[in-house]
Amino acid sequence: MKITLNIWRQPEAEAEGAFERYEDVEIDEDASFLEMLDVLNDRLLTNGERPVAFDHDCREGICGSCSLLIDDMPHGPRQVTSCQIYMRDFSDGQEITVEPFRATAFPVLRDLMVDRSPLDRIVESGGYVSVNAGPKPEPNSIPVHPEIQEAAMDAAICIGCGACVAACPNGSGMLFTGAKVTHLNILPQGEPERFHRVRSMVRQHDEEGFGGCTNTGECQQVCPQNISIKVIGELNREYRGAMIHKLRGRSGPIEAQ
Amino acid sequence: MMIYPAPHYSMGGLWVDYELQSTIPGLFAIGEANFSDHGANRLGASAMMQCLADGYFIAPHTVTNFVSGVSEHVAADHPAFEAAENEVRGRISALLGVQGKTPPTLFHRELGEVMLDNCGITREADGLRQAMGRVQELREAFWSDVRIEPGDAGINQTLEYAGRIADFLELAELMCRDALVREESCGCHLREEHQTDEGEAMRDDDRHANVQVWEWKGEGEEPEMQIEKLEFESIEPVTRSYK
Repeated sequence: MKITLNIWRQPEAEAEGAFERYEDVEIDEDASFLEMLDVLNDRLLTNGERPVAFDHDCREGICGSCSLLIDDMPHGPRQVTSCQIYMRDFSDGQEITVEPFRATAFPVLRDLMVDRSPLDRIVESGGYVSVNAGPKPEPNSIPVHPEIQEAAMDAAICIGCGACVAACPNGSGMLFTGAKVTHLNILPQGEPERFHRVRSMVRQHDEEGFGGCTNTGECQQVCPQNISIKVIGELNREYRGAMIHKLRGRSGPIEAQ
Repeated sequence: MMIYPAPHYSMGGLWVDYELQSTIPGLFAIGEANFSDHGANRLGASAMMQCLADGYFIAPHTVTNFVSGVSEHVAADHPAFEAAENEVRGRISALLGVQGKTPPTLFHRELGEVMLDNCGITREADGLRQAMGRVQELREAFWSDVRIEPGDAGINQTLEYAGRIADFLELAELMCRDALVREESCGCHLREEHQTDEGEAMRDDDRHANVQVWEWKGEGEEPEMQIEKLEFESIEPVTRSYK
């Protein structure tokens, strides 16, 4: 099949970007979208032009590196990661627009690459449990109800790709933050740092320039891991609880080691 | 859909001691980068097991133990920093200086085919020898004809990619060399010359119950093989049989 591409080109963070048009890109319909970009890049490189920079790593939908806005949709026409989009998802002769994820908190680094380190800093601010490495604890010493295990796992499955942020009209990272907080706060292992965690992660989220949630629900529509907006409800509930806890003077800060 | 075992597991990595420290003092290698707890075999989730075991139980103790004994604090103006930086800069400018015609992807694909055909899950001596020659040719072609996007400041993904391919080209030859010396069928790999009439793998514990470690002897030099014997005290190795 043959397609036409409109790709966002921006040599570096400070430079001004623009769309560039690439016509007659020949590609097998069973190629993946990223393989199509590889083929385009070989063509560009051979012609002495600058290849398109884009993030990718595992190419099997589990690492969360790829981050393309394809025809205005984070990750493209299906609710999977960009690497799991295939050319057969498009029709012969179609014109496809490819951009980087767009969000205030995600500055463009080059072409289709954005800086998603704000998500890492949110995790650093509280997305952990402080345990001493040492002898393995007896597995049944902390019983966890299977439903809680399931709920924690549904949140822990977040791969941190940032599609939720790119889809949100407010550029909010609350689906991501909600997933991390839910995962740890509902488990007994996360209990000791529960209130500190949610306060710290929400503070970091806001400092990074992410917007607030207004329940538009776009995030859960594009999340490749199918994380439900319920985690934002959980986040808000935990945050309220933590603030009340603080007002009553019951929690001293637990500093990260 | 075609499913086949890829040749991307080398069944080993950097040599480390019991503290997971490499031959460079203070440089620790954990997870799949080191010698491989799983030995010559490699089942699904081996990487996860090793990453968790090393990272959770070993490194927190051995790294801190090492750091507690370090009295000299080295600053970035130490000559070793400058030497390392110059070495890396030299390597980068060598890559950028080639200015050939062929994109790195093509070398990667061709190398993959050579390895898949000759150093995959089944292998035999002639194929391995041919593959070594083929990899050497590819490496020469790479260093005289690779095309990389110019520019060593800022993000350059083709440069990064080409750096990896340069490493793969060295590792691939070493994997063939290592496979050639091991004249038995062990773990995941079947040497076609060493199988029973029924096609089952045949180990040769008298000659090969060991770990083969290859010592880097410098650019363009043949690596030297070191043997570490495997000694079994409480469990004797037996033939694995799924019958």
